[in-house]
Amino acid sequence: MLDVRDVTVTFGERTVLHEASLHVDTGEVVALLGPSGVGKSTFLRVIAGLLVPDQGQVWLDGTDISAVAPHRRHIGLMFQDEQLFPHLDVAANIGFGLRMQRRSDPARVDELLALVGLQGFGGRRVTNLSGGEAKRVALARALAPSPAVLLLDEPLTGLDRELHDRLVADLAEVLRATRTTTVLVTHDHDEAAAIAGRVVTWQADPS
Amino acid sequence: MPALAALPVIALALFYAWPLVTLFARVVGPASVADTLRAPGLPRVLWFTLWQALVSTALTLVLGFAPAYVLARYHFPGRRAVLAIATVPFMLPTVVVGAAFLALLPRSWHGTAGAVIVAHVFFNIAVMVRLVGAMWAVLPTDLTAAARTLGASPTKVLRHVVLPVLRPALWAAASVVFLFTFTSFGVVKLLGGAAHPTLEVEIARRATQLGDIDGAAVLSVLQLLVLAVVIWWSARWQRRARVALHGDAATRRPRSAAQRRGVTAVVAVTAVAMLAPVVVLVTRSFRLGGVWSLAAWRTLGDDEVRPGVSLGIDPLGSLATSLRYAVAATAISVVLGGAAALAIGAARRHGRLLDVGLMLPLGTSAVTIGLGMLITFDRPPFDWRASWWLVPLGHALVATPFVVRSLVPVLRSFPADQRAAAITLGASPLRAWWEVEVRRLARPLAAGAGFAAAISLGEFGATTFLTRAGTESMPIAIDRLLGRAGEVPRAQGFAMATVLMVVTAVIIMATEAVHARRS
Repeated sequence: MLDVRDVTVTFGERTVLHEASLHVDTGEVVALLGPSGVGKSTFLRVIAGLLVPDQGQVWLDGTDISAVAPHRRHIGLMFQDEQLFPHLDVAANIGFGLRMQRRSDPARVDELLALVGLQGFGGRRVTNLSGGEAKRVALARALAPSPAVLLLDEPLTGLDRELHDRLVADLAEVLRATRTTTVLVTHDHDEAAAIAGRVVTWQADPS
Repeated sequence: MPALAALPVIALALFYAWPLVTLFARVVGPASVADTLRAPGLPRVLWFTLWQALVSTALTLVLGFAPAYVLARYHFPGRRAVLAIATVPFMLPTVVVGAAFLALLPRSWHGTAGAVIVAHVFFNIAVMVRLVGAMWAVLPTDLTAAARTLGASPTKVLRHVVLPVLRPALWAAASVVFLFTFTSFGVVKLLGGAAHPTLEVEIARRATQLGDIDGAAVLSVLQLLVLAVVIWWSARWQRRARVALHGDAATRRPRSAAQRRGVTAVVAVTAVAMLAPVVVLVTRSFRLGGVWSLAAWRTLGDDEVRPGVSLGIDPLGSLATSLRYAVAATAISVVLGGAAALAIGAARRHGRLLDVGLMLPLGTSAVTIGLGMLITFDRPPFDWRASWWLVPLGHALVATPFVVRSLVPVLRSFPADQRAAAITLGASPLRAWWEVEVRRLARPLAAGAGFAAAISLGEFGATTFLTRAGTESMPIAIDRLLGRAGEVPRAQGFAMATVLMVVTAVIIMATEAVHARRS
């Protein structure tokens, strides 16, 4: 159960988030829908611990984790531009989170490759992947350490329509199969409706 | 444009390739190789050359890491000034750096390996800040963020993501620093003393002091072979380790208090460490017998050190000589480099060959170039050793690649249709060429000329061989003054080094300003 309470973030003079809150039940998939510039990505960064908010707290399963470092939160984040590690191959990218916890597990990596439909891709260089393949690797990498919460930041933006629709279906399937607590940030209605069980809409702040 | 290529090709063949061939020919003689390689002192020279280069390189990588990071990733007031303080020393003449550390370090350090290594690190911090910093500046912030969300602590992020991704830049920096310190001449000659010669200093000693040209030639060829192997090996490594990066990597202001403290500490230590030698050098030129004095500066125009004791070298005269050399060397490199760049831009495939050929003198040690020219141009009909232009020509050989490097990217970036557009707007073909191409080349040409002038002013290794009594350049004069016993010539040496440093630094900073403004 993820509980984000009254988060406020300012960059200099500009208020990016003003007392934003969100509650997500365990296993629930929530989509955060809104136009660009309303601070959706910033909100995810606060949940992941990559950004310290001016105010507000993040609670996970009844504990306040606001002061916990990002690498100890067990909250995964899939970036819009994937951010795969260019010096590692596909398998090493997916296994990165497991290695950081000192539990390398080739079987788990294979399992995830299968889950995202990339069997046999383990030895490939990530710089030679197509756009859709890179997205799948990024998803598998974020899922590998079995995070308590998975955050998806515009995960399927920048793909052509056909590939996008296929990945929406696959992503929905993967999240259902792994029963991962998920927050999806998107500006696409259909994507939100297809993947999430609940859609929260943020409006552009009139002020 | 084969006609354009002819000039640089002829110059390269005549003044670079031919001296090298002569050098090799000297070595083929049977006796000299075995004699030289069996000389009792040689293993020590080789060992010192190698280990001081390795230690200098390792220390530069370690100590340059923090400044490279902070200057690449953070915005803070005075960032540009600190960047200049950290990078300008690399372009300073080696004798200036040698003189600065003679001024800074206590007597007991003079003539030690430690002094050589400290000066080498000072010199090469710039390589870290430039090469590693450039890669760090484009390392996406989200790449490390991704590692954090996957459970990597900050130290693990450094070990598993940052260092591996930066590896090509670290390799490039390591090889540049190694090559530079392995062939270091000016710094070692001034700071290492007789007890610590590198291969480069030993070559010069044999040729100019012992008259053992054959021995010097053998060692030069040995050094060339070592350098060729290192360059080939590092190029191979860098090609293999190349990675592509994408994503936002904007510099930012330090946010948390800990970040602010860290940035402040790194900036302060870097600035103090890089400025101390320079400041002390200037100060020492005003100190005589423990009191402040202008005597060293006032007597610069006088070649009498003490009444009746002449140095045979006129400090201010050497300034005039150096400026003349710099003007000539700059003119030669602008003509050669300009012609070469146009030829390279016009002819794609063969152009690449010319490009590489012109870079070769950079990979050859200055002492080797000087020695080669010395033994090649000393008999008729090529007895040019007495000609005033041989020294600036040697300088131009090293400086030309910099002119080419600053011109070629601009030439290549000319959109094909711009000239056509100018013509449809009513410009004559000649006018169109002038407006579209020539005018855009003015800036990079000025930048290349600036680099050439700075290189000529500071060139020491090749000049050592080609210099003649009465026309000593400033680096030669500084070396002589600092090699003299007595306080006055020493203070004069510091004063001359100050002059050379200021002139060079002004040229470099003006050049970089021109360079940076090029869009």
